[in-house]
Amino acid sequence: MERQGNAPPDDVPVVLAREGHHGPVIHAANRCARLVGVHAGSRVVDMRAICPELQVAYADAAGDRAALDRLVLWARRWCPWTVRDGDDGLILDTTGSDHLFGGEAAMLVEMETQLSLLGLSARLAVAPTWGAAWALARFGPVRAMCGPDEAYFKLGPLPVTGLRLDDATVLLLRRLGLKTIGAVMDVPRLSLTRRFVKAGLHANPLMRLDQVMGKLAEPVSSLEAAPIIRARARLAEPVFDPTPHLPDLCEDLCDQLKQTGQGCRRLHLTVYKTDGDVSHVDVATSAPTRDPAHLHSLFRDKVDRINPGFGFDLITLHASGIEALAQTQSNLEGGSDDALHLTQLVDRLSAKFGARAVTRPVLRPSHVPERAEAQIAALADTRDEAVVLTKERPVRLFDHPEEVRVLYAVPEGPPAQFVWRRQTHRVTRYAGPERIAPEWWKDRPNTRLRDYFKVENQAGLRLWLYREGLHEDGRGGDPRWFVHGCFA
Amino acid sequence: MGALRVNKRLAGQGDTPVSMPHTLSEVFPNTPADASAVAFALSRLPRTTAPVLWVQDRLSRKEAGRPMLAGLPGSRPVIMVDLSRASDVLWAMEDGLRCRGLAAVIGEVWGDPQALDFTATKRLAMRAEAADVPCWLIRRAASPDLSAARDRWRIASLPSAPHAHDPQAPGAPRWSLDLFRSRRTQPGQWVAHYDRASDRVDLAAPSRDRALDPRDGTAGQRAAG
Repeated sequence: MERQGNAPPDDVPVVLAREGHHGPVIHAANRCARLVGVHAGSRVVDMRAICPELQVAYADAAGDRAALDRLVLWARRWCPWTVRDGDDGLILDTTGSDHLFGGEAAMLVEMETQLSLLGLSARLAVAPTWGAAWALARFGPVRAMCGPDEAYFKLGPLPVTGLRLDDATVLLLRRLGLKTIGAVMDVPRLSLTRRFVKAGLHANPLMRLDQVMGKLAEPVSSLEAAPIIRARARLAEPVFDPTPHLPDLCEDLCDQLKQTGQGCRRLHLTVYKTDGDVSHVDVATSAPTRDPAHLHSLFRDKVDRINPGFGFDLITLHASGIEALAQTQSNLEGGSDDALHLTQLVDRLSAKFGARAVTRPVLRPSHVPERAEAQIAALADTRDEAVVLTKERPVRLFDHPEEVRVLYAVPEGPPAQFVWRRQTHRVTRYAGPERIAPEWWKDRPNTRLRDYFKVENQAGLRLWLYREGLHEDGRGGDPRWFVHGCFA
Repeated sequence: MGALRVNKRLAGQGDTPVSMPHTLSEVFPNTPADASAVAFALSRLPRTTAPVLWVQDRLSRKEAGRPMLAGLPGSRPVIMVDLSRASDVLWAMEDGLRCRGLAAVIGEVWGDPQALDFTATKRLAMRAEAADVPCWLIRRAASPDLSAARDRWRIASLPSAPHAHDPQAPGAPRWSLDLFRSRRTQPGQWVAHYDRASDRVDLAAPSRDRALDPRDGTAGQRAAG
């Protein structure tokens, strides 16, 4: 999509490729490439032999489909009934709306203009049925138009590929000598019926032909755009504080959500000031909700951030991140419990302190203590990674290991005395070492290994001490000692 | 023996562990880096798989580190809240105590901030009792001023028990516990043995009559001695 509106020059052969069974194959080619003989479906290496200066980019099928879905909604400007057709087409049911643009011909010109302003080249056709429009748009003349009873004449000269059949059937029809749609129409129906009686829709030229001629219904089921859920308060005169209006707005919004059986994840409070300026505050929840009291409480400290200016006279509350939410019964006795749910608690904490302050640690498969734990969102789904804990780990871990000053080093084991936080600690007992090597696939080169010891001092304080590196390991000077955690 | 029976009930591990509702308790570690208070508070929590809300202020996190999941007993999920001010910690704890879905609320406050006065602790205690969620306040570098906490503990690490297999290594942790104020039971002092595998604390009256065996606890005398 970064290419949109930024097409490569016309004299450079460019193709889009996708993965095939035997290496990449051509997904689409531009006009210059088609002229030198590159065609879709062939292998990229073969086409490189034909055209050495071929430029290849990979196709983004999912992105194309998403863009086409957005275009479906964009095309509602011409008619209210639009739908995506396969991976490369749009069907617009313009019945009764063409006169708004001055007839069908003028409407096609208008559509082509608007689409080209978006950077899209389009092939357009008007026809009474879906199938006829499909064939005319792909194989017919530019801006083809087909009246209700002209389908036989307009579609007759088009190739049988225009019948939306699969490749095997097209090949079969070609071998039978039926190369155009008109030829298929002229064959006595009975003889074709005998051959294709058991074939499905995609392999049955008769059913496809009936669809083209309008004898077999092919309805357009339009995609419903999600309704906008919004509550608004129009005020008689400008005010400076939206707080008194919030409960009613939340109530109104939650009623709308309840009617559609949905909950929202995000709320946007917008105030429209008298001087024409707009100010807004957003809050988010960790799970879909439609509880007005809870939504109201999320705004508790946030409305102060609205700059009222000279006052505002319109407040809107807009819900987004809408998800389906079923009604649940919380207890069988009737009545309601006023307890806060866990999701609501997390929302309140995140709304007040920011989402980064509320986290949940999860274990990760790594021996390096800093990487053995990851912080994820408090209510996120966890991937259950099989983490096996074999060694004893301290209860507390310092974010940054604190270096100690060694007073009395011994050849092996931890130092007999060291100074940490300006206090002398005498090691009475120790366990270890546990050697943790650097992860070469993540760490910088020359990261030193660590030897961890659990040491206990004379007062009973149990610390997790480590030596970074070895003597004369060629990665720096003498090894240093750090405190990394505390045992219970 | 009488003290031991009382304390078994107090620990929630005796024959009738349900008799006491959950409430607010305070722990004062002897030194800031002492992690025994954390392990003690965790060992007292009910054995559920519900998450624990753990609120830390900035200084506690900096001076005493953060809880390490791999080292915590059991496999409870933990929801960490990292804040900077003590008043925010109290706000978050109070909000957490409204949620009955939590196993416990643990807060760490450094020093004696203005916000942590008698009223604040009273609010926490009443919330904890209303929701029946245990609440633990770990206060480092703090003086035990006026507070409404129902149980107030002082805790310090002692030299650990001898290791079963390695005389040179520290064994199971031992703590000196001092319940210096309690609304529910008699205050007292004990030596606690903590069994990490079963996450269980065994209390014993301190043996003040005779000194510990000099070889006990420091079996592997080292050159620095």
